[in-house]
Amino acid sequence: MTATVGQQAQAAARANDVWKVYGSGEAQVIALRGVSAEFERGRFTAIMGPSGSGKSTLMHCLAGLDSVTRGTVAIGETTVTGLGDSGLTKLRRDKVGFIFQQFNLLPTLTAKENILLPLSIAGRKPDPAWYDTVIDTVGLRDRLDHRPAQLSGGQQQRVACARALVSRPEVIFADEPTGNLDSRSGAEVLNFLRNSVREHGQTIVMVTHDPTAAAYADRVVFLADGEIVSELIEPTAETVLDTMKKLDAPAEVGN
Amino acid sequence: MFRATLKSLLARKVRLILSGLAVVLGVMFVSGAFVLTDTLGRSFDSVFADGFSEIDVNVTAKPKVEVSEIEGEQTATPLPAAVVDRVKQVPGVASATGIVNADGARVIGSNGKVITSFGPPQLGENWTGESELLQLREGRGPQADDEIVINKSLATAAKVQVGQKVGVLTAFESKKRDFTLVGILGYSGDRDSIGGVNEVFFTTPVAQRLMIGEPDAFSSITVRAAGGVSDETLRDDVARTLGADYEVKTGEQVAADAAASLKEGLSFFNKILLGFAAVALLVGTFLILNTFSIIVAQRTRELALMRAIGASGRQIIGSVVLEAIAVGLIASVLGLAAGIGVGALLAFLFGKLAGGLTLAGIGVPAAAVIGSFAVGLVITVVAALLPALRASRIPPIAAMQDVATPDRPLTKVTIAGSVVTGIGAVLLFLGLSGNASGQTLPTILGGVLFAFIGVALLTPLISRPVVALLGAIFSWSVPGKLGRLNSGRNPRRTAITAAALMVGIALVTGVTVILDSAKGSISALAEDTIKAELVISGAQGGPRPPSFDPAVLDRAKALPGVQMVDGEYGDMAKLNGESTWVAASSDIASLRQIFGAKPTAGDIDRLGPTQMLVSSDTATSRNLSVGSTVNVQLTRGEARTYTVSGIYEASQLTNPVTLPATAAKDFAIPQPIQGFIQLAPGTRVGDVQPQVEALLADSPEVSVADRAAFIKQQTGQLDGLLTMIQILLALAIVIAVLGIINTLALSVLERTRELGLLRAIGLRRSQTMGMITVEAVVISVFGALLGVVVGSGLGAAVVEALKDEGITDLILPWGQMGVFLGLAAIIGVVAAVLPAVRAARINVLGAIAHD
Repeated sequence: MTATVGQQAQAAARANDVWKVYGSGEAQVIALRGVSAEFERGRFTAIMGPSGSGKSTLMHCLAGLDSVTRGTVAIGETTVTGLGDSGLTKLRRDKVGFIFQQFNLLPTLTAKENILLPLSIAGRKPDPAWYDTVIDTVGLRDRLDHRPAQLSGGQQQRVACARALVSRPEVIFADEPTGNLDSRSGAEVLNFLRNSVREHGQTIVMVTHDPTAAAYADRVVFLADGEIVSELIEPTAETVLDTMKKLDAPAEVGN
Repeated sequence: MFRATLKSLLARKVRLILSGLAVVLGVMFVSGAFVLTDTLGRSFDSVFADGFSEIDVNVTAKPKVEVSEIEGEQTATPLPAAVVDRVKQVPGVASATGIVNADGARVIGSNGKVITSFGPPQLGENWTGESELLQLREGRGPQADDEIVINKSLATAAKVQVGQKVGVLTAFESKKRDFTLVGILGYSGDRDSIGGVNEVFFTTPVAQRLMIGEPDAFSSITVRAAGGVSDETLRDDVARTLGADYEVKTGEQVAADAAASLKEGLSFFNKILLGFAAVALLVGTFLILNTFSIIVAQRTRELALMRAIGASGRQIIGSVVLEAIAVGLIASVLGLAAGIGVGALLAFLFGKLAGGLTLAGIGVPAAAVIGSFAVGLVITVVAALLPALRASRIPPIAAMQDVATPDRPLTKVTIAGSVVTGIGAVLLFLGLSGNASGQTLPTILGGVLFAFIGVALLTPLISRPVVALLGAIFSWSVPGKLGRLNSGRNPRRTAITAAALMVGIALVTGVTVILDSAKGSISALAEDTIKAELVISGAQGGPRPPSFDPAVLDRAKALPGVQMVDGEYGDMAKLNGESTWVAASSDIASLRQIFGAKPTAGDIDRLGPTQMLVSSDTATSRNLSVGSTVNVQLTRGEARTYTVSGIYEASQLTNPVTLPATAAKDFAIPQPIQGFIQLAPGTRVGDVQPQVEALLADSPEVSVADRAAFIKQQTGQLDGLLTMIQILLALAIVIAVLGIINTLALSVLERTRELGLLRAIGLRRSQTMGMITVEAVVISVFGALLGVVVGSGLGAAVVEALKDEGITDLILPWGQMGVFLGLAAIIGVVAAVLPAVRAARINVLGAIAHD
């Protein structure tokens, strides 16, 4: 089944008949079976699905972190599929931002240095106005000289968000960003992500298995057994949960 | 990026300290060698500049046989006294003084023993009065034939005072002679000796007779220029007057020439030290490689994150290399500083040993600085290159997953190891079989290096069965079993740590095999061939070998029970213009009877006054056969023509050329330097030995020993050499121990969570420590085992190649090897102490929560 939400002319990220197969012979695992999807600019999309549904694999393939077995992936104007290491590096530098479940901050750098790390790697100067906007949005101005160990989990994740935002990427991929947070910190981070989409037109693709988190998104795409099986526009926690329940039943039989 | 690298480096400084220390030690060796040799070199310069400071122009006769510094002291050809008058006639000459100055004036101390200088010559000279340099501290100059003056440090060593009778052995008198000490002199600047040289001053006629062997002759002429005449002009004028038979040099030239030959020796010494530094650095390279590999593995997630947020592979390589540069720079600075300290200390010790060499200021030559930084940086960066490449291949996706580092197959590394080992073996074979077309030493060294690297690459494969076997010893306890499993779980890491230890142990074992085999072969040959029960000889303490009164030979012959006595003389001579060691025997029949020589042509039992014998290899190399005539120039006298009358089979114990005993009077030392006494069958050695000893009362430089003691004394030099090499290689082993500590410490850090878990489920502190210790012991014993095997192999290969040189017996030092393995076990226990304590102190709760 193909997700039908491609009306907007320009998608920030696009998957076209993507297949991903791990291993071969007996040990062969098909993680994605011909997934096609478009993620529009300036929207907050969540990818959901039970464990093993292929949601993380889809995100890795979209972000150019993993290669696809068949099909093509594009980010903005760039076709990701077939890019070499230097092309992928450039893509990650200029067009993609990441937010991880484990925050993944460098413990030796201060919050500010962590936020500016992608720019310094690329050898660019931050846009001061945008930097100030980002810092104020994440509310970390008084914490900039602290090291990650001196910050709470929620604060660390906000630093990670700021790091992803500061280079104004085409799309930010968030991998279970609230997975390691208590519900209040999680809500803070999700609010913040939603605001950056609404106020600054940022595109975000988030993988999650938490219906409450998915409810913050503009749209939810559901995966099961490597295929897109459903989607919701303007979801609420209840509608997401209902859809999940429907998906879980056949998946468990399949296992 | 730059900043992130430096910050992460600072955060991990403890982990890098040990590997940095390895570079520090290696660099210390390099800079220490340069500082030491530079300081000594400049000290010698100033010694010689001082010694010749009062000479404007110096005149000597051209030497008949040139002798290099390594072969011994140059003996000056005597200058007739008339030459002094000729020099005086040259315009511009203010004064010309005939100087007697020759090695071989040996003072006998108040305890009856000869005072040795341990290196510098012991000069016998004529007294020409005080000068700016020479100042009498006590008494007066010698006036009568039986009066002498000696320098202060010699007087102190001999414990003699002005007015006392002092025995002196001189170059041309076979027995000691007693003199009255009438004065003690010192040198300007309140020095007691110049560079440890012992000096004895006689009246001029006595000095001529005893030190030159000719009346009215001098060793050199010291010329002082009149005011306004430059040294160079005067030199040229004197040279023109005297003609080509004389060497005329300015004082500065003489000083520079004298220093140059010593400096050649120093630069050779420097190269040897640098060779050992190279070994230490090779081991250090292994250690750095390992540290960086482990650090990269531990930082996988961090590096993947960098990649995910846009760092290119090249930037990752750059960041690891930058770390290496920082470590290398800091280590180079510290190593350079430590090297300057060590070099200064060694120079100071050397100065003391060499009898009060006044040291020039400690100098840091440019070579030391450049060498330190080049070596420190290059080694660190090269060692970090492989881990850097590996780091750049970490996929960005590793930032999101717990990527279990897969057990990479050992196929590639094993193939590479086999190839490299193969190259090493081929190079060794080429080098040792003499097919390396003039590049023998570089080829052999290259072969050894390749062999080491090759074996190191093969080590991961070898480590599995061997470590399992070694570990089986400890498997009776749970910690022992865990330790064994831990040491086997990362074969590459275990292997490279063990390989670092292997290098040091292999070299020590190899050298021991070679030297023991050489010693054994020579001893066996000597035992089999030398048919003399007693040997007269002495330990050489300077450039001149000890000698004794030839009259002792005849008197020994007359002792009851003595069947044959042979006195051996030797010197460098020119044969058809080429320098060669020549010998003379007081009794030519001894060649067969005592030394077991076998004739291959002609007659070797008789030797006429113009005949000579040569060994078979000399005959081949110089294209001589019975009946060939050879022009022979000895140290003294005119050149003479000898006819080859016989050829004997060459062996380790035969001389290349044997001249008749009558020729020995023109040798630099016209006295026997060794005596061999063969006893009649049935005579007891113990009966004759004390009688010979009594005969040697006036020749205190030598003593008589039975054959076994003599052989032991001769091969004893090899023991000294072995000890020195072992001390120098000890540094490489120390660095390897640092490597074991480092690997264990990093492993403990890496396994914090696992150790916490083990503690949580009931492993006691002591058991934790036991586990780490077993791991260390297994690694170090494995390394030592590899070293012993590889070293024996290398040693055996060299011994095999030296078969033609007379090293026929391969002797494997089993005892030594056992000691090395035992030491390795102790090293393992010691290396484990700190990491084990650290592991035992792990906070259980914190460790389990550790991410």
